[in-house]
Amino acid sequence: MMQMLRSWWLSRGFIWGMVQREFQGRYRRSLLGGVWAVLEPLSMILIYTLIFSQVMRAKLPGVDLGGWGYSIYICAGILAWEYFSDVVSRSQNMFIEHGNLLKKTNLPRSTLPVIVLATASINFLILLGLFLIFLLMVGQFPGWVLLGLVPLILVQQGIAVGLGLVLGTLNVFFRDVGKATMVALRFWFWLTPIVYPITIVPERFREALLDWNPMARLIGGYQGIFLTGNPPDWTEFVPQIVLALGLLGLGFFAFRRLSGELVDEL
Amino acid sequence: MTLISVRRLGKKYKRYPDQRARLLEWLSAGHAKTHDPIWVLRDLSFEVEPGEAVGIIGENGAGKSTLLKMLNGSTQPTEGEIRIRGRVAALLELGMGFHPEFTGRQNAITSCQIMGLRRAEIQRLMPAIEAFSELGDYMDQPLRTYSSGMQVRLAFSVAAAVRPEILIIDEALSVGDVYFQHKSMSRIREFKDLGTTLLFVSHDPGAVKSLCDRALLLDKGLLIKDGAPDSILDYYNAMIARREKDEEIRQVESETGKTGTRSGNKKATILAVDMLDQSGEPTRAFRVGEHALIRCKVRYNEPVSGATVGLLIRDRLGNDIFGTNTYHLGQDLPAGPGEVWIEYRLALNLGRGNYSVSVASHSRDVHVGDSHDWWDQAAVFQIVPSDAPSFAGVAALPVEVTIRAPSATGMQR
Repeated sequence: MMQMLRSWWLSRGFIWGMVQREFQGRYRRSLLGGVWAVLEPLSMILIYTLIFSQVMRAKLPGVDLGGWGYSIYICAGILAWEYFSDVVSRSQNMFIEHGNLLKKTNLPRSTLPVIVLATASINFLILLGLFLIFLLMVGQFPGWVLLGLVPLILVQQGIAVGLGLVLGTLNVFFRDVGKATMVALRFWFWLTPIVYPITIVPERFREALLDWNPMARLIGGYQGIFLTGNPPDWTEFVPQIVLALGLLGLGFFAFRRLSGELVDEL
Repeated sequence: MTLISVRRLGKKYKRYPDQRARLLEWLSAGHAKTHDPIWVLRDLSFEVEPGEAVGIIGENGAGKSTLLKMLNGSTQPTEGEIRIRGRVAALLELGMGFHPEFTGRQNAITSCQIMGLRRAEIQRLMPAIEAFSELGDYMDQPLRTYSSGMQVRLAFSVAAAVRPEILIIDEALSVGDVYFQHKSMSRIREFKDLGTTLLFVSHDPGAVKSLCDRALLLDKGLLIKDGAPDSILDYYNAMIARREKDEEIRQVESETGKTGTRSGNKKATILAVDMLDQSGEPTRAFRVGEHALIRCKVRYNEPVSGATVGLLIRDRLGNDIFGTNTYHLGQDLPAGPGEVWIEYRLALNLGRGNYSVSVASHSRDVHVGDSHDWWDQAAVFQIVPSDAPSFAGVAALPVEVTIRAPSATGMQR
């Protein structure tokens, strides 16, 4: 563990360089560049807002927030989900994506998850910043309760990184894993109350959904902070914390065990 | 103080017949072995002292590149251990894992970062990297526009930006143009003089001989010899020769496309064409100027008068380099029938490269008149550099040069 932290510190220049490269590469040969980073999620939010709040007339019970209730709800959920799925979907591909580097140089392999997480975090912070500006403009800035995001993010990204490490390692050996991940993420998104309120789920399924989908309560935590200004109740998150630690442990184990063979397979 | 210590090193690759087989093995937690173990290196032990220059020699597939990859740390050993002290810079294969969409400069920066250089150092080194690679405007073009030679130029310039304690060079350099090869060689020599330890894989025996003070010979994953480059290379040449259908030579044969076409009226049959070195050992590799014995075994199936056996050496492009026959040399052959050995002794004053020997038996000096057996590319051989100064072209002409200061009157005339 200490060895890994040390190698991260020693390769900080490389990590930072790769993060920069990631952003440069993403909008290479495009005119609008970084604007796409905002336009993509914005279009998603617009579509869901239109369909659910206007066409399907979904109502958020008990919240009004000057008519912005549904928009804030959906933004909070999508912001959090995108951060999560960004890390999972990039992690499952990270070893394959950097196969050329792994084969020909002795770059510290354990830096790859760090690069993925850092890139996704910067992206998330930019979007969060824009969202906060929007909240200020419509007069719904939540205030100090925002600090409640920090533990939420830690637990959520712990799950994402752990899961990503397991999937990314397996994907080198069985490419089906990567494909399956992308399909599963799509289902997972719709099985989580992000664009719809949990109240439209039939009552008998509601508890099961919250218990068996670890993301449901986490996303609910974000929505609570932005909509009602209530910090999440931490006693509810014990299973998620256990899951995050378990997945990180499993991912670390899988990576340690297979990282030698991994390069042979690239 | 040993710099590199390798003990009982082995590398095994697993080959699975298909993906299901791998899943089966995984699910059974390793109880069901469904893979074929492919050992590319086994039981390798050696030590390298600081400042040594070690050439690694061996045929394709001997495990040279795998060894370098493990020394560099990009591939993990299956068994045994490697201990290295000091900063390693490695140039394996083409490029250094460059990304085709990024510019040469961006890729160079990434490579420097992987080597653990700090931002200020990289900024300080960039002008030198740029100058050494001589890429000019290409430095800011995406890598996908580069030729393979340009990629090597960039990669070498990065690897050689800072003098490493250990420099590992795979055959990559042979891709570059001759000018850059020389330039990088002199850089490598400079490093060596300053105390850098060198591990060098090359198919160019001349480079190994002139640069290295020790050589390791790998064969089929085993370290079979460790010693002075001269003796190792001699041994290697003999080894190649013993494997008659040596892979490399077969490659040359298939590249030229026409392997051993035979024609003739069968009055005679060329049984074999052997190439031997001075000690009588069969070999396929000769040094520039080395004396060779080409032995043609011919069987005459019926009485033939005025029989002549000739040979023709061609370069890899099919140009005639040298041809002669027994008639021109004033030798008569017995009238047959029966077997006869014709032995040509000649100094191979040829430039480095691959050559073929065609042998023919015919009547008198014009083979077209009455050709008994004409065997194109009966043998293929390689000319490797000798200790003599290197030169360009296929003919090794004896040469001397004198330098004189012109007299004042001579200049004014």
